[in-house]
This record gives sequence, structure tokens and C-alpha cells, in this order.
Amino acid sequence: MTPERRKIMGDALGVALAVAAYGVAFGATARTSGATVAQACSLSLLMFTGASQSALISVLGTGGTVAAALSVTWLLGARNGLYAMRLSALLPRSLGRRVGAAHFVIDETMAMAVVRETPELGRFAFWSTALMLFSFWNISTLVGALAGGLIDDPAKFGLDVAFPAAFLALVAPQLQGRPARRTGVVAALIAVVAIPLAPKGVPILLCAMAALVGAPPIRRSDAKPSQ
Amino acid sequence: MSWTVILVGSFGCYVLKLVGTFVPARLLAGPRVQTFSKLLPVALLVGLVVVMSVDGGRRLSIDARIPGMLAAAVAIRLRAPFLVVVVAAAVTTALVRLAT
Repeated sequence: MTPERRKIMGDALGVALAVAAYGVAFGATARTSGATVAQACSLSLLMFTGASQSALISVLGTGGTVAAALSVTWLLGARNGLYAMRLSALLPRSLGRRVGAAHFVIDETMAMAVVRETPELGRFAFWSTALMLFSFWNISTLVGALAGGLIDDPAKFGLDVAFPAAFLALVAPQLQGRPARRTGVVAALIAVVAIPLAPKGVPILLCAMAALVGAPPIRRSDAKPSQ
Repeated sequence: MSWTVILVGSFGCYVLKLVGTFVPARLLAGPRVQTFSKLLPVALLVGLVVVMSVDGGRRLSIDARIPGMLAAAVAIRLRAPFLVVVVAAAVTTALVRLAT
């Protein structure tokens, strides 16, 4: 194995270990929010995108409607589609293999793959991260879900803040630069205003509008491809 | 929790990934699309954080969750590992509930 590939494997292992910590927290909190062990594990196997999985469980677990839960889940999952666009040159050309590869397009595999110098290394980074992360994520979800079953009263252990704390840890590194901070502040304000007025789950959906506020204003030059 | 929601939700997330692999990458080149795709998760995650911290069922509720979230923020500032952030939040909220 070349030194580049060995380095990629090491980085992928580091990413997978970090993700496993989230997996344990996800499994345990899913369980205390009303999901069974099989349901928590199915989400990690089939949905395989942490923020969407946590959002689905959070919205349903706090009494939100199915429509609100699915909307938030899919809006959060939409970014994986954008990653897939960016990765499409690295993904297999044949339809059958592409259908399989698409499942593994998430934040971490995209971030690990797009920074490589050659397409071969990019592909190697994508698959080594995908396989390690998928294994660690599913095992850690199972461990967390089993542990979560031992807890009778989640609020007594402060577990109702486990998901929001996890979301805060996910979003904190992204709050760099003025557009992101502005979006964050506007989203927080929308949430505070909407909570007393709108049914459960809807305030989070309204927060999506904050992404429009944070984006820079439309300029004429944006319409044409600028060099 | 219903299996239908889990399966339909998962299927939708997969379709979003798959559709992306067939869309030409140049559609993503515009700066506004780039910015919006970066900001949408920020908006939704901040929304989830705020709602899960202060929602008291159709009213704002300032309770033991706030000190827990402050503990999480401090832990993130100190660059603590993910699990430490979550545990710090839960333990703080639990202790405040125990004390009040």
C-alpha cells in the first residue's frame, strides 16, 4: 500500500471513531425517545445520515406530526444530493454500482474524497471512509440502543438535552463567516417566535427560511457564469 | 414509533442521494446555490437546537435544559470530543433537576 493510501486509511479510521461516539448517543437517545432497538438500527442502516436520523426521532419524540418529521428529515438529507453531484465524477459509471455507491454519500465521505489529488485516491478515500464509517456507525447505534433500554426516565438523566447538544456540536464548526452567523441568528429568532404560534415540528421547518436570509443578495453578475 | 415513517423517511433520503449522482455538476457551480446548500443545514440545526432547548408545548419554557445547553457550548468551545459535549449537557441538566 502506498503512503498516500495508508494516510487516507488512518484519517478514515479517525473519522469513523468520532462518528461512533455520535452513534452511541444517537442509539441511546432514539431508544429513550420511543424507538425500539430494531428501529434505531434500521435508521442507521437504511437512512445512514446522522442529522436526518436524529431530526426524525427528535420531532416524532417530542410530539411533532409525521409530515413535519419527514419534511425536516428530507430537507436535512437534501445536502447529500448536492454532495453526490460534486462526487459524481468519482462514483461508478455503471448504473448498478452507482445505485449502491449513492447510499454512502454523506458529509464525511464527501469531505474525505474531494480533497484528494487524483481521482484514484479520491475513489479510494470515498470507499475506505464509507466502509469504516458504515460499520462503526451501525455497531455504535446498536450499543447505544441497548444501553438506552436500561434507562427508565430519560429526563431524570438529562437525556432530553442529548440531541440538542449533539446538534449544537454539529453546527458549531459551520458557524464561520457572516452569512452563516446571520443565518444562525435568524433561525434562532424564527424558532422563538414560532414555538408559541405554530404546531409542533412546524417551527423547525420555518427556520429553513433563514438560509435565504443569510445568503448574499442576488446580483446581476450571478446570473452569468463569471470567470 | 411507526415503521412506515422510518421506511418512507429512509427511502426519501436515499432517493435524494441517488438523484444527485445523475445531475450534472455544473448546475452546482453558481455561488448562490453553493451558499444556500451550505446555509440550509445551519438554519435547520440551529432551529432544532433552539426548539429542543426552550419548547414547552406551545409556549417558551426556560428550565433545566438551558444550563445543560450552556455546558455543551462551553465544552464545544474547549474543543471537547463529541461524547464529552453530550454527556456534559445531560449531566448538567440532570444535576439542576436534582437540585430544584
